[in-house]
Amino acid sequence: MANHAGNYTPGNGLERWLDERLPIVRFSKEHLMDFPTPRNLNYWWTFGGILAFMLVVQIATGVILVMHYTPHVDMAFASVEHIRRDVNYGRIIQGTHAVGASMFFVALYVHMFRGLYYGSYKAPREIIWMLGVILFILVMATAFMGYVLPWGQMSLWGATVITGLFSAIPILGEPIQTLLLGGFSVANPTLNRFFSLHYLLPFIIAAVVVLHIWALHVPGNNNPAGVEVKDSRDTLPFHPYYTMKDLFAIIVFLIPFAWFVFFAPDILGHADNYIPGDPLITPAHIVPEWYLLPFYAMLRAIDFDVLFIEARLGGVLIMFGSLAILFVLPWLDRSRVRSGTFRPLFKPFYWLFVVNFVALAYLGAQPAEGIYTVLSKITTAYYFGYFLIILPLLSRIETPKPLPPSIAESVLGENKAKAAAA
Amino acid sequence: MTKKKTLLGAVIAAVALAFAPMPAHSAGDGTHAYQQDWSFSGVFGTYDRNQLRRGFQVFREACSSCHGLDFISFRNLSEPGGPEYSEDAVRALAAEFTIADETAQGGERERIPADRWPEPFESEQIARDANGGQLPPDLSLMAKARGIHQDFPYWAFNYFTAYQEGGADYIYNLLTRYSEPPEGEEVPAGLYYNDFYGTIAMPPPLSDGLIAYEGEGTPQTVSQYSADVAAFLQWTADPHMVSRKQMGFRVMIFLVLFAGLLYLVKRKIWRDAH
Repeated sequence: MANHAGNYTPGNGLERWLDERLPIVRFSKEHLMDFPTPRNLNYWWTFGGILAFMLVVQIATGVILVMHYTPHVDMAFASVEHIRRDVNYGRIIQGTHAVGASMFFVALYVHMFRGLYYGSYKAPREIIWMLGVILFILVMATAFMGYVLPWGQMSLWGATVITGLFSAIPILGEPIQTLLLGGFSVANPTLNRFFSLHYLLPFIIAAVVVLHIWALHVPGNNNPAGVEVKDSRDTLPFHPYYTMKDLFAIIVFLIPFAWFVFFAPDILGHADNYIPGDPLITPAHIVPEWYLLPFYAMLRAIDFDVLFIEARLGGVLIMFGSLAILFVLPWLDRSRVRSGTFRPLFKPFYWLFVVNFVALAYLGAQPAEGIYTVLSKITTAYYFGYFLIILPLLSRIETPKPLPPSIAESVLGENKAKAAAA
Repeated sequence: MTKKKTLLGAVIAAVALAFAPMPAHSAGDGTHAYQQDWSFSGVFGTYDRNQLRRGFQVFREACSSCHGLDFISFRNLSEPGGPEYSEDAVRALAAEFTIADETAQGGERERIPADRWPEPFESEQIARDANGGQLPPDLSLMAKARGIHQDFPYWAFNYFTAYQEGGADYIYNLLTRYSEPPEGEEVPAGLYYNDFYGTIAMPPPLSDGLIAYEGEGTPQTVSQYSADVAAFLQWTADPHMVSRKQMGFRVMIFLVLFAGLLYLVKRKIWRDAH
């Protein structure tokens, strides 16, 4: 691995003995403490640590919830109420897990948009980015399956709609759907396999997180200036500088998290999910959780046939395509400059992309009629246009601003300017 | 819609129906609701014990013959933060009802505080037969299972005010807004018209003076009954709200102080790094 800090010397005989057999202390020292980290990382960079923390929160609360939950269509709803009403601190643990899913996505989206702005997906960090996209998809799948477990109306009907997507795939679609459901409709076998997978996937996520961080520790962090680390003046050891900065950010992040858990635990969910799931009654509006809405909007935006592709297959292709396109992003944006700060043309398109994504989320929650369908098509077009047209084109025509010669200079230069102004 | 055997076909049909212009019977969805001033609203809100007791009385006398309260046990009625009846009173109340118990003499015994509130009907089919084919829904979670429609930007403020009372507002509006149907609207026999909900199977359950409150000073009106029973149902949906908020304050104060200290630590560590 590059960037070895490598200043670990075993203190005594026992440490030397261990170091020759399992150098775990050396590994921790090099990768968790001394790891050279660019000195100019801003608070947007703390969301990686926040996400790692959130994964632990979700796994810890989830493991406790499983001790009291019953995965059966006749008992699941009541067992969740039992947790909320009768289990010691159950309402806090369950609330933390449910609100935690939303907070996980808040952090995830910030983390991804930070990567998009600062060009963190560019060489030599393509693999980090692609592993991140895999994590994003895994987290979405896990959250979706978790939402099914309380077996309310939205659980059941959300599962029906989402698994129904697979049936749009020609030939293989229906066998896949039947396999997912364990039958021909969402029922007890579906609940059981979703429960099993909802418990399994977080550990797969944890494993991919390890790969994600491993891949990160080869080239080291990107940074707001987007220039590579040149010498030791550009970096600080991870501990205590970034451990303390990340910990501070985590605690600040916990404040809105706790606000929702203790004062408004249901506000991020849907009222219909307090009605026990009933396969005979369809809710008036089937709406996925907010964090899936942008993709749901793109799914519904395609309501027309294209050549031999039926509208519903087209919608499914667009939805999966909107995720798949992220994998090739490093090769679509050919600009050599990483950081958006030094790309005058990139910036307005980037912020429009952010606004566009929020608009997609809004449209995903609206009924598919009138002006909303038109707007959905426009926003979907911009989502794809940003990746397929704007980014490749910008890298050809844009004249970036001059980059700072080094990280140290960009930080110290700023401070000098500030000192001069003061 | 073609006769596809796939589930998706059915789902799309259902969704399309759902998004089609609202039929009259679900007028409740977009209708404006009059929001009430609840004692339990906001982060400092707590339940009004006397209101919960009045609401329980309304529930018992006007609702419980048709609606169940599946998730409420008698013991809940004596828990802190709720109606807070004494344990003796709850024991006596529970004993007014019997429950089938094959280990008891005669196969039946009096209820104890650990037992659930009794079901109004023995089975779903019996409940439907007694109510013109309609099933009166269980009320224990009704205050969480309903909400009111708010236009943008009003709903966005809810995240900052911790507004959780949409269900109680819904129940209040439903109970107080039975009326004559507007000109030209036919209400089928056996159904009723509600200005908030549309046509509804439930007959108007309340009328002025229907329930005799103990003591003086509380108006015995439909509006008061409705507010009281809505508050009671908010409690049945969220019986530990008060202790949850109390813990919330301790957690928030801790987090803010801890964040402040960590900020100082971080600043000290970084002092020479810039």
